[in-house]
Amino acid sequence: MAINQSTAPAETGLRGPRGEPVTLDVNGATYAIELEPRVSLLDALRDHLDMTGTKKGCDQGTCGACTVWMDGRRVLSCLTLAYSCEGHQIATIEGIAQDGELHPMQQAFIDHDAFQCGYCTPGQIMSAIALLREGNATTDADIAEHMSGNICRCQAYPNIHAAIREVRDADDGG
Amino acid sequence: MTMRPITFFRAGSIDEAVAAVSSHPDSAFLAGGTTEIDLLRLNVVQPTLLVDVNDLPLTYLEDVDDGGVRIGAMARMSDVARAPRIVERYPGMSQALLLGASEQLRNMASMGGNMCQRTRCSYFRDGQSPCNKREPGSGCSALTGINRGHAVLGTSEQCIATHPSDVAVALVALDAMIRTIGPDGTNAIPIERFFLRPADTPSIEHPLAHGELIVAIDVPALPVARTSRYVKHRDRASYEFALVSVFSAMRVDDAGNVAELRLALGGVGTVPWRAHRAEEALIGRPATPENFAAAADAEFADARTTPMNEFMVTFAKRAIVRELSEVTS
Repeated sequence: MAINQSTAPAETGLRGPRGEPVTLDVNGATYAIELEPRVSLLDALRDHLDMTGTKKGCDQGTCGACTVWMDGRRVLSCLTLAYSCEGHQIATIEGIAQDGELHPMQQAFIDHDAFQCGYCTPGQIMSAIALLREGNATTDADIAEHMSGNICRCQAYPNIHAAIREVRDADDGG
Repeated sequence: MTMRPITFFRAGSIDEAVAAVSSHPDSAFLAGGTTEIDLLRLNVVQPTLLVDVNDLPLTYLEDVDDGGVRIGAMARMSDVARAPRIVERYPGMSQALLLGASEQLRNMASMGGNMCQRTRCSYFRDGQSPCNKREPGSGCSALTGINRGHAVLGTSEQCIATHPSDVAVALVALDAMIRTIGPDGTNAIPIERFFLRPADTPSIEHPLAHGELIVAIDVPALPVARTSRYVKHRDRASYEFALVSVFSAMRVDDAGNVAELRLALGGVGTVPWRAHRAEEALIGRPATPENFAAAADAEFADARTTPMNEFMVTFAKRAIVRELSEVTS
């Protein structure tokens, strides 16, 4: 099949490199902001939407501190361009508590002392809730394997895993 | 590090994506972004136009050719790994996918993008050391540098960078086909021809024209693959690239001879490494540890090592013997 060169994008289809309006759906609210195409979702959240709960650790996809959900799936916001998020639903740690009540996973992290410095915690919690939704947390080995994308420099892993087990085993399923 | 300014285009169709990239010399496709955005920020790759292909209707898996599977190029690693037809027909491929990266990255990374992922060689990634892959003619820093994790098979004097993919190891063993659409039309590339050894041109990794987009990966029907396996040995238990990985699919006949064998290795080659020599050494021969060892010796007869990575040869041979012995027992 030959490609018709006439389908090349009109100049109007190209965006940037200067800042242009972008619409992002974050935690159920719609935000219209101006961004350059090179801005990551992580930087858009932190520097442009003042949502600093999502943390910047490595900024190269190796630590998991920036974990958010896109359309309900956990992803790394540092390796996602904000422009690629238009039309998708983003969820961050700021949207996890409901009506002033901590999410059961947040409460379990507190109850199990599942953090020390706390820097990786938002990413850990976003990953942990997603893990239970994915249904791959049957054994301790499952939990360790499927949480391996979230590094904890304080080595609080035993307590993080205990928190996840508690929510998994709770009657309401978290 | 801050990324250089880029122009962005979100393609609404395959034709639009191909036209956008092929009409702009400094452009690149953007799929899951797990390699591309990383390397952009490191200034290792410097396209000025990114053409986002994430909206294209290429996330499907469908049956082809009486038991084979066609995997859309934008299907995500996590979805492919858990698709029932993949788990049932190619369990070793499912295992390879799940042993790669982390769940977050597997949710992002596409199958087409995985085929195009770049090496983890630190001299390539640092953006400044001499590197023939990044800057042709500048030299290879890894040859005399820190090269514990570098390739021992398929190397050249120009480059010893290891290919990092897990699932590509499974796909070369399965004789998959890479399907593309480019400015000159459609193309189908047998997967072993898709991954180019460095030779004298390490910067050319695939036989793709500028603007040629991977649209699907065909995995042929292969009954022996229903008992395939993938084992990965690495420095930590999870979320780490392979030192040595082994994909195997083997059938032993009633007489105890190897009737069928698909064997491929990760972590040791400049490309996902199909162990043709080992396969040829074993087909029709008794499935014994002695023969497995002889086959492994044959595979690594031409290995080119450095003082830091010569352990890989022994390691890989043992991994092959152990894997095939476990499959046999």
